[in-house]
Amino acid sequence: MKKARVAIIDYGMGNIWSVQNALVEVGARSEVIAEPSLLAGFDKIILPGVGAFADAMRLLREKGMDRALGEKAAAGVPILGVCLGMQLMCRSSTENGRHLGLGWIDAEVVALQPRPGIKIPHMGWNTVRFTRSSPLVEGIADGTDFYFVHGYHVVCADPADVLGSCEHGQDVAAVLEHGNLYAAQFHPEKSQRGGLQLLKNFVENIGC
Amino acid sequence: MLKKRLIAVLILRDGAVVQSVRFKHTNSIHYDPVHAIECFNKWAVDEIVILNVSRQAASREGFAEVVKRISQKCFVPLAVGGWVTDAGYARGLLNAGADKLVVNTILADDPPLMETLARRFGRQCMVASIDVKRGEDGAPAVVVDRASRATGQDPAAWAKRAVGLGAGEIFFNSVDHDGARRGYDLGTLRAVCAAVDVPVIAFGGVFKWEHLVEGIRAGAEAVAAANIFHYTEHATMKAKRHLAEAGVPVRTEGQRA
Repeated sequence: MKKARVAIIDYGMGNIWSVQNALVEVGARSEVIAEPSLLAGFDKIILPGVGAFADAMRLLREKGMDRALGEKAAAGVPILGVCLGMQLMCRSSTENGRHLGLGWIDAEVVALQPRPGIKIPHMGWNTVRFTRSSPLVEGIADGTDFYFVHGYHVVCADPADVLGSCEHGQDVAAVLEHGNLYAAQFHPEKSQRGGLQLLKNFVENIGC
Repeated sequence: MLKKRLIAVLILRDGAVVQSVRFKHTNSIHYDPVHAIECFNKWAVDEIVILNVSRQAASREGFAEVVKRISQKCFVPLAVGGWVTDAGYARGLLNAGADKLVVNTILADDPPLMETLARRFGRQCMVASIDVKRGEDGAPAVVVDRASRATGQDPAAWAKRAVGLGAGEIFFNSVDHDGARRGYDLGTLRAVCAAVDVPVIAFGGVFKWEHLVEGIRAGAEAVAAANIFHYTEHATMKAKRHLAEAGVPVRTEGQRA
C-alpha cells in the first residue's frame, strides 16, 4: 500500500513542529505547507492551531488558504483539525466578538462557563468517553486521558457529529467525525500513547 | 474530570542534567537529557519542565539545541525556561518545540516583555516561576535571577502581579526547600494558591511520595519533582500510584508498568 502524504498547514499560529514530530514518531510522511498552491498531491491534511480564532481566520484568508482547504474538504480529502483547528472548521465563534469560521461543520464555538471548582481555561489531562466506534479511535480505550488547553468549546448542531466528549463543569466535545472531516479539541501530539494512536489511525485507517 | 498533574523537572547546566540543592548545582546526573526524557515518556509522566540554570547567558543557544532534540521525543507538554530575556529567544524556544515558556527574572526586570510574550503567544504559554527564600525574620520573600537577588516582595502578592502581567500558570519553588528533602514549603505554597485562580505547580523538596499529596492538599493543580525521579526505577509510576491511593485524581496511564 502506498504511504499517505500528509500536509500540515502552517498559517503562522501554533506549534506545527510538535505535530510533525508526532507524525514522524508514528511513521507518517508529512510536510509543513504554508502556500495553498502547494496543497496539490496530498492525501490528507492536518489543520493545527493555538491562539485566537479571529487572528487565525484572518491569516488563512490572507493567503487564500481558507478557499484552498474548502475545496479539499468538499472533494472528500480527509482533514483533521486540532485544538483551534477544530474550532476553525465550525460555522462561527463568539471569541472576542462574532467571527465566521470555515463553516464545514454545523457548530458554534462558545466560551466555557466557569463553575465552582472549575478553572478556565480547561488545561490538563481529562478523560474522554467515546460515543461510538470509529476508525479514528480504533485501539484507544474508552476513558483514555488526553491533554487539553482551551477556553472556548465547540457545540454541534447535530450531536451525531460528536465522536467523543469529556466533562469540565459542562459537557465538552472532544472528538468530531463528520464525513471526511475529523477533529480533536485536545492535543493528540501532546497526549502520549492515546494521542499518537489517534494520529496513526488518521494516517493509516482513514480513507485508504 | 480534570486530573492533577505529575511533572518531571530536568535541571540543565551546559547540556547536562544536574542535581539542585538550595540552587547550587554540583552533581551531574545524566550526561544526556534525551535519555531522561525517553524514560519519563515510557513511564507516562504528565508533563516535562526543563530549566537552564547556567549562570552564563552564552548557554542560551546550546540550551535551545537541547530543547530541539528533547522535543522530538517528548509527546507530553514541554515547558522550558532560563534566560528568556527577549522575544526573539522566546520564539526560538517555541520553534524548537517547547509548548510553554517559564519566566522568572523578567517579572522583576522587564514586566512589559512579559505582557508582550503573553499577548503574542497566549497566556496558556506563559508560566511564571516564583522562587522564595526565607529572610532572617523567617518571612518568605521572592528572589530572582537564579536566587541571586532579593526583591523583598511577598510571594502571594508577586503571584497575583504575575497573573496580571499575563501568566497562565505559576511554578512555585523555594530555595530553602530545594533539594532539602523535607517536602514543599507548604505554608507559602498555600498562600500563593489562595491568591491566584490560575494553576499552581508545586516544586522543591520532594523526598517521599507523600510530599506530593501534601502539595495537592495545599491547593496545587500539579506537583513537580526533579532529583528524586532520577534515582528510582519507575519513579514517576510509584509516585502516581501513591497519589491515586491517597484519593488524588491522576491519569490512569503511567500507574502500572
